[in-house]
Amino acid sequence: METTGATPVQARCVGDTAIIYASDYLNKLTGERIERECKNQLEAGRQAVVINFRDTELVNSIGVSILMGVIDAAEQSHARLIFCDVNTQSASLFEMLGLTKHVRIAADESEALSWIEPELNASATAM
Amino acid sequence: METNNQRLLHTFAALADLGQEIANTADFEEMLRSSFHLLLGSVAIRRGAVAQYDRQGDTLRVISARGLEQTPDTEIPIAREHARELASPGASLTLADASAEATRFMEEHQNLFASAEIQLLLPLVVHERLIGVVLLGEKASGEKFTAEDVETLSALARHIAVGINSHHLLGEVKRKAEENRRLYDGLRTIYKETVRAFAAAIDMKDRYTQGHSVRVGKYSEVIAREMGWGEDEVEGITIAGYLHDIGKLIVDLSVINSPERFSAKDSAEMNKHPAAGYEILAPISHPYADIPLMARYHHERIDGAGYPDGLKGDQIPAGAKIVTLADSFDAMTTDRPYRKKLPLEDVLMDFRANTGTQFDPAVVCAFCRAFLNEIEGRKERRLLNLLNRNYEDVEAVTPLLNQMLTEFDGGAMAATTGH
Repeated sequence: METTGATPVQARCVGDTAIIYASDYLNKLTGERIERECKNQLEAGRQAVVINFRDTELVNSIGVSILMGVIDAAEQSHARLIFCDVNTQSASLFEMLGLTKHVRIAADESEALSWIEPELNASATAM
Repeated sequence: METNNQRLLHTFAALADLGQEIANTADFEEMLRSSFHLLLGSVAIRRGAVAQYDRQGDTLRVISARGLEQTPDTEIPIAREHARELASPGASLTLADASAEATRFMEEHQNLFASAEIQLLLPLVVHERLIGVVLLGEKASGEKFTAEDVETLSALARHIAVGINSHHLLGEVKRKAEENRRLYDGLRTIYKETVRAFAAAIDMKDRYTQGHSVRVGKYSEVIAREMGWGEDEVEGITIAGYLHDIGKLIVDLSVINSPERFSAKDSAEMNKHPAAGYEILAPISHPYADIPLMARYHHERIDGAGYPDGLKGDQIPAGAKIVTLADSFDAMTTDRPYRKKLPLEDVLMDFRANTGTQFDPAVVCAFCRAFLNEIEGRKERRLLNLLNRNYEDVEAVTPLLNQMLTEFDGGAMAATTGH
């Protein structure tokens, strides 16, 4: 769990997947915490990252920019990245700005994990 | 329509947030980084950089970057004519429709822009002067930049340009303030040196009291410091000491240099010098407070029997009380035409006898404490060095100094000296 700053970012791991919980307002401060936590998890060797937006009501422009950085980091690490529990407003924003071309949006955490597991297994078999 | 509204709201929100970021003048780098993030996030651009134009160095220095290999401090050379071209109105440039001049600039750095997949260059311009550029890579959607995108990004870039320019102006103001401070310090030094020269000139007029004004300044400085005065005030009282007798310039030479005690007529003439000193000093803008008043009142007495105004007790400024004691101390410890210098013990006995009538007890105590501190090696020898040429065995007055401290200031004052 990332603990720098006033409010730590909540995170947990399910196998090789890190699940990170975004806060209610994704702005510079909270966004940078999420970005740091994602990068830490990727550096620790996680092959998939799920960002859960269940508490997020609003994402501003800096938040979008930071999520672009997270997408870049995941692509560079060849890791899967899935957003889940995204409210209608944010989902529509991600769609409008083209983020959904780089990241899939699952309805909830279990759906996200259900997408990831077979992919990771397939990768493992291929290796 | 729904999407258009959402895009509009997102853009407005970005503009509002940018206003807040630009207002952060405390941390320029952070302001710029956040503003640049906002710009990237407004249209969801994956990578880009913002670079500041250095007119002297003919370079664009990257100060914030995202998703690029170029890190802050990367420098991109730019010719003057290209900079001028970029500053011309409406010069936002996509690779497809760049003007001829800008194309030359883009061509010059083709490898750099191609490797970074730069799609759009936005000049940062304030009052038709190039401040910097924003270099932007592709949109997350992979689509080309639309005219609306360019409009939105240009509007945000204008705010960033103003932010950078304000930072420059603030830096310029700070530099000017520092320059003014140095200039002021220089003027203060010149002022002090001029005053010292003046003090020497005053003392030259009286062949019996050469060096008197400078010594009174130095004694006053030691006493004021001992009384806990601030550095500026101590400097002020030193100057007041140097200038306290400036009024003697209007007193006739024959009176000043009379080998005998003054007659009543000569005394009346001589007693004009404090008020005359005030008249000379008052029109001058001194960098320290109350210097003319210290000259005017240095012959006043606590009991009201002094001159020129017969002030009493607290009516007399503290600085004038210090100069009074310093003046008397120097007068009694130097030879005069009508008498030799007094033994140090007699000087202190005179102070003791006149404390509360002529001299302020707090000033006498500070003087005694400073004297003791020097004799007992706790402080640098300032008073003693000024006295030593005239006196030997100054240590002999230690018991008397302690006694005076106990009498005029009680145990607390003696305790501060370790006695």
